[in-house]
Amino acid sequence: MDFKSVLTREELVALSLRSIYASHGYTQYRMSKFEEYDLYAKNKDFLVSDNIITFTDTDGRLLALKPDVTLSIIKNDRDSEGIKKLYYNENVYRPSRGTRSFRELMQVGLECMGEVGETEIAEVILLAKMSLDAISPDNVLEISHLDIVSGVLSAFNISEEGRGRIYTYLAAKNERGIESVCEEEGLAPENTALVTRLATLYGEPGRVLPELSAFCLNDGIRAAVDSLSRVLTSLEAGGVRGISLDFSLLSDMSYYNGIAIKGFVSGIPTGVLSGGQYDRLMKKMNRKSRAVGFAVYLDEISKLSCLGE
Amino acid sequence: MERMLNIALPKGRLGERVYAMFEAAGYPCPEIKENNRRLIFENRELGIRYFWVKPSDVVIYVERGAADIGVAGRDILLEYSPDVYELLDLEVGKCHMAVAAKCGYEDDRSRTLTVATKFTNIAKSYYASLGREIDIIHLNGSIELAPILGLSDVIVDIVETGTTLKENKLEVVERFAEISARLIANKASFKFLGERIDLLRGKLRDVIGTSK
Repeated sequence: MDFKSVLTREELVALSLRSIYASHGYTQYRMSKFEEYDLYAKNKDFLVSDNIITFTDTDGRLLALKPDVTLSIIKNDRDSEGIKKLYYNENVYRPSRGTRSFRELMQVGLECMGEVGETEIAEVILLAKMSLDAISPDNVLEISHLDIVSGVLSAFNISEEGRGRIYTYLAAKNERGIESVCEEEGLAPENTALVTRLATLYGEPGRVLPELSAFCLNDGIRAAVDSLSRVLTSLEAGGVRGISLDFSLLSDMSYYNGIAIKGFVSGIPTGVLSGGQYDRLMKKMNRKSRAVGFAVYLDEISKLSCLGE
Repeated sequence: MERMLNIALPKGRLGERVYAMFEAAGYPCPEIKENNRRLIFENRELGIRYFWVKPSDVVIYVERGAADIGVAGRDILLEYSPDVYELLDLEVGKCHMAVAAKCGYEDDRSRTLTVATKFTNIAKSYYASLGREIDIIHLNGSIELAPILGLSDVIVDIVETGTTLKENKLEVVERFAEISARLIANKASFKFLGERIDLLRGKLRDVIGTSK
């Protein structure tokens, strides 16, 4: 039977992603459609939207239709020795951007948990890139390292409030905005220029990595730069192309740390893949292990016309 | 063929000034000056396509990727907080976001302040930063009427010269944000057309520099 004539583009992509993940030793994680509401209420900022569909179970407990998969996986999984590699293909329930009413969205993604090191991180980046390739050949995988950005801001003793504003401006590549906050914080002109440079620092790793030595203000930042550089060099040696560094890529620093990734496909106006390391979220949920993962948003893919055929 | 770079410009006086800057930067599209009702103008040699849209809609076109780049006032960016890159301050259309009230108005902090505005989110976040409780009345135009007719205590609106306020016996209480036109870009477009967009930004920056 010809599945291609029966399945939608989203379903076909989901199938190929699942086989990619399975071939790299990831096993499928299945979960219930419902979860205790409390889990999401405690970690609201981690979610894309605060709006959650809730209902009362027969015994009076407040349940929610899951808006997110990562939190459920962490909650339902015990800390264990070694590395655990899981992937999922689940429906999540979130309000859509335009209509503000709830929609059922198909999400495929993977999580690598446990003693996560550079090898695992590099593999997750590789799988993210392969996922994008499965959607469309015309794609870019963007990478940032949050510890470099937050390290630079701490090294200059920028206040909590100032940091928040700089993150907002940095995410918008708004150089003027970053400059004004740095000036208010009393930074020397050369330091202001260094922080502002983060907004325009993007491009191929080969071009951007050598520039990072200017940001190594202390051992912490140097360690992050070295680690990023090793991960990217190993990927490059493995023949992975189409990766771009961009330090304006940020995620919520109370959950994420280290490497952040985001994937774009030409023709889709928003990112289709998003993820990174989330050791801080693990810690918040009392897990000892580290973790890295990403999710692919398949709902956007239907906007692509007849690709990959 | 290289893909066209789609540019959304705000309809009206500001848009015309901005187009003149693009033209001076080496991105002309002569047809645009012909007096007609067309909405889309192309310069195939340069691979660019301009279109005029309502000023407050520029952010929507850019955020949703119908336009790769566009020009929007900072007031619109502050109000809608779109997920876009804000690449350059074009330094035209300069004005302020301000609170205004009837001449001689004094704030009574013991009661809720009624604010009339087109910029609901800006007003909310401004008063939240002051810890002031407010009630918002959303209006779409002629905001100045609200305090005169007693509909609101104050207004939050764009103030350029202050002439309209003066003629209606209103005055500025506080200017709290500088507004000017900004070059914005769709985040995904920037990944694929980054070099072209960066080149255009650099040329526009030169135009701004020479006009100073």
